[in-house]
Amino acid sequence: MATSIKEKNKKKSTSKESTKDSQHLANHVASETSPLDDSSDWTFELLDLYQQEIARVAKHYRLDTYTNQIEVITAEQMMDAYASVGMPIGYSHWTFGKKFIQTEQNYKRGQMGLAYEIVINSSPCISYLMEENTMTMQALVMAHACYGHNSFFKGNYLFKSWTDASSIIDYLLFAKNYIADCDLKYGISEVEATLDACHALMSHGVDRYKRPQKISLDEELKRQKEREEYLQSQVNSLWRTVPKAEKNDTKQHYKFPAEPQENILYFVEKNAPLLKPWQREIVRIVRKISQYFYPQKQTQVMNEGWACFWHYTILNHLYDEGLVTDKFMIEFLHSHTNVVAQPEYNSPYYSGINPYALGFNMFMDIRRICEEPTDEDKQYFPEIAGSDWLDTVHFAMENFKDESFISQYLSPKLIRDFKLFHIHDDSSNNFVEIGAIHNEQGYKKVRENLANQYNLSNLEVNIQIIDANIEGDRALTLRYTPHNNVALGDSKDEVLKHLHYLWQFDVKIIQEDKDGIDQVIASCPIKEKKEKE
Amino acid sequence: MANFIDRRLNSKNKSTVNRQRFLRRYKNQIKKSVSEAINKRGVTDIESGEDIVIPRKDLSEPVFHQGGGGIKDRVHPGNDQFAPGDRIPRPPQQQGQGSGQGEASNSGEGEDDFTFSISKDEYLNLLFEDLELPNLEKNQLDKLIEFKTVRSGYCAEGVPANIDIVKSLQGSIARRIAMTSSKRKEIKELEQQLLALQNDKHDHIQKERELIEAITLLKEKIAKVPFIDTFDLRFRNYAKQAVPTSKAVMFCLMDVSGSMDQATKEMAKRFYILLYLFLSRTYKNIDVVYIRHHTQAKEVNEHEFFYSQETGGTIASSALELMNQIINERYSESQWNIYGAQASDGDNWADDSPRCKTLLEQNILPRTRYFSYIEITQRAHQTLWQHYQQVADANPNFAMQHIKSVADIYPVFRELFKKNTQNAA
Repeated sequence: MATSIKEKNKKKSTSKESTKDSQHLANHVASETSPLDDSSDWTFELLDLYQQEIARVAKHYRLDTYTNQIEVITAEQMMDAYASVGMPIGYSHWTFGKKFIQTEQNYKRGQMGLAYEIVINSSPCISYLMEENTMTMQALVMAHACYGHNSFFKGNYLFKSWTDASSIIDYLLFAKNYIADCDLKYGISEVEATLDACHALMSHGVDRYKRPQKISLDEELKRQKEREEYLQSQVNSLWRTVPKAEKNDTKQHYKFPAEPQENILYFVEKNAPLLKPWQREIVRIVRKISQYFYPQKQTQVMNEGWACFWHYTILNHLYDEGLVTDKFMIEFLHSHTNVVAQPEYNSPYYSGINPYALGFNMFMDIRRICEEPTDEDKQYFPEIAGSDWLDTVHFAMENFKDESFISQYLSPKLIRDFKLFHIHDDSSNNFVEIGAIHNEQGYKKVRENLANQYNLSNLEVNIQIIDANIEGDRALTLRYTPHNNVALGDSKDEVLKHLHYLWQFDVKIIQEDKDGIDQVIASCPIKEKKEKE
Repeated sequence: MANFIDRRLNSKNKSTVNRQRFLRRYKNQIKKSVSEAINKRGVTDIESGEDIVIPRKDLSEPVFHQGGGGIKDRVHPGNDQFAPGDRIPRPPQQQGQGSGQGEASNSGEGEDDFTFSISKDEYLNLLFEDLELPNLEKNQLDKLIEFKTVRSGYCAEGVPANIDIVKSLQGSIARRIAMTSSKRKEIKELEQQLLALQNDKHDHIQKERELIEAITLLKEKIAKVPFIDTFDLRFRNYAKQAVPTSKAVMFCLMDVSGSMDQATKEMAKRFYILLYLFLSRTYKNIDVVYIRHHTQAKEVNEHEFFYSQETGGTIASSALELMNQIINERYSESQWNIYGAQASDGDNWADDSPRCKTLLEQNILPRTRYFSYIEITQRAHQTLWQHYQQVADANPNFAMQHIKSVADIYPVFRELFKKNTQNAA
């Protein structure tokens, strides 16, 4: 069946080629390079031709990439990939089932289209092309994912220092098999409960400041067994001090941990008193995966912007060389404009700033500042105005994340083009205030606030473990430090239940009130207010 | 550098496991949804799947997130009217709406329940979960009367019809490789020597001739190795395997006397359909025999059974007699698993009820796996019920239930077939 379809495609494309050849013969204005076939049906031969041309241009622009592994998949497989949040090999868990059902429902009802591609930060870099795409779309996707995203994964400092592309697939495979083993050994329900608890704390399983060790499968396997035993013995020795401590009260209070811990999952993995060895390993797996995705969270604008910038630049380069036709370009530009469109704040389609639009325009703007700087640019960007644009965009891609990228490169021209304005919303007032708009006085303030909007430490909740009572009831205390007085969301009690499941002794969250006194804002198990004394 | 891989033919249902996990986790909610739906269903669409609705809040996965209040600074595009310092009264729905991308998109669907479809199989699994066919395990082992021929590897001897060509040729290739490899190695060496001699400046006519002779000799030897040998032949081997019989027959007995109106029949029909679906999960082939009766019994087709109108008095034993007769003629109990289901409004000729009891106890129950009786009536029980009560007390494979309204059918069905933990223990 499949071969017959392929053959049909082939036939179609060859017939088209031959007609085109005859056209060429008829036309006296034969250009030096004949354009690639622009029929909308793609074939593997044609994909390869386009790929080679794109690769050549990418090399011309010094895009350094991992080897590409381009996989053609069906729409249904794309939904599978969606459901596993882009992990090519995911462990089994109901939440992925839920996501799949949701995606499927939305897709069936026509509420959403599927993305044209998914790309995975691995070496070789895996990109998925969807079968339904036209040839133009496949070319767009290849330029976007296989050379744009791919070079970003390889070049950006966050990815370089936080993830190890060559080992991630192996690690995911290890994780899948390990969890499948646990399912068999300890029962699905137990494993599921542990995973649920870990997922609830997933975004608190990241070392924000300390660079993690690279993960490699061989070492994982080798060390995992030892670690199981070693960790348990460590935990035991830590808690062995419990009965002794009660006798000599006068002894100075031994504070543990010595410093607040932001990586809750790491702390749990190393110190939870009653966790079984396999549960520690699962905590570790979730933590590692969370860490793997952490750079992607911080570089959304840059990553998408970079990929859009390059698919735009590469395909235009091919057009200038006469390799792609007008028909191709019109279809490409149609898709491209849709992707980088930014609805205005009062549009019904508005849902925040489109990272594709912002990123793409910023990279285009950097190129403009380098090539045709205005006086304003020279004033704002003395160091890059008039410099080599290719060097500058590469430097920008390699050394920044969203927050710093915006505060470094967002130009007054772009602020004017987007008509950006800043709203200051203080809940103690019954109005919101316009803080700054796109004018001379406002540029810096708008830029600063937009950059902050991408600062993960402002967006994510700041909760740290400040105390584990190892001398008494083993209670765990966390401190919530609000950013700009924003309260902790309602889900805190539910999350705390999950943390309690892992820690298995009392857990509570405290927050400093206006007078500087710590108040318990959530605890598990929930206690009546006895502590008033 | 790029490699293209065509994954389109890979297994599609990568998420099936996860889907099953999801169903497993929300079983209680889903079951509730299923049993609510069963009574709303039309009789005819019992074969389709079902839409399941779960309240969205039950599905949420909590994470720490920022709540309301405090100071929020946001940048938006498309300013068309604002100047610095403008004050805008807070929109009433401030909490969900204005506070950034994440929450705004949630609030759009926040109220909705989570709706999705399950397939027919999943639906039936849930519908009949925890139900079992009574007495099935006990009786099954002594009924190993059918044999199935199954493949069991390969053997060196057999009839030509069973030759496995691929295996045989694999053997042939292996044998030929094994028998000629040393000779081919020699040829290679000799050929190299020959080449060396030919390239040499001096002539070695004698030696060259010897070498050529040796090579031709070896080549002849190789050619003599037969392409296929009886030694290579492999035959598919078959073995007989005993399988429990998987044929079942279901007798539907119904009273169609004047007192049974269409609504009552509808209820009986629902019950039969449930029973049929349930049996179809255990047995591949199911025969259904419809017997309707008033004063006389008659075997009819499905349509006639449910829809033709009859009047007259009621003699229930006539149906049981006909059932007995049909078993004797067509369904020997060594080959068939026999199930019976009788539906009635309870009316019967008073003198006939004792006869029903003896017929059941002596002729029918010893040969059937299970016989269930449902009485669909709003009135008090009559003689038939009382006599059947005695049968039920004495025979474990007989059960009876009382149905008053449509809503009772599914619970009653569950009651009849619920897993008997006492028996198992």
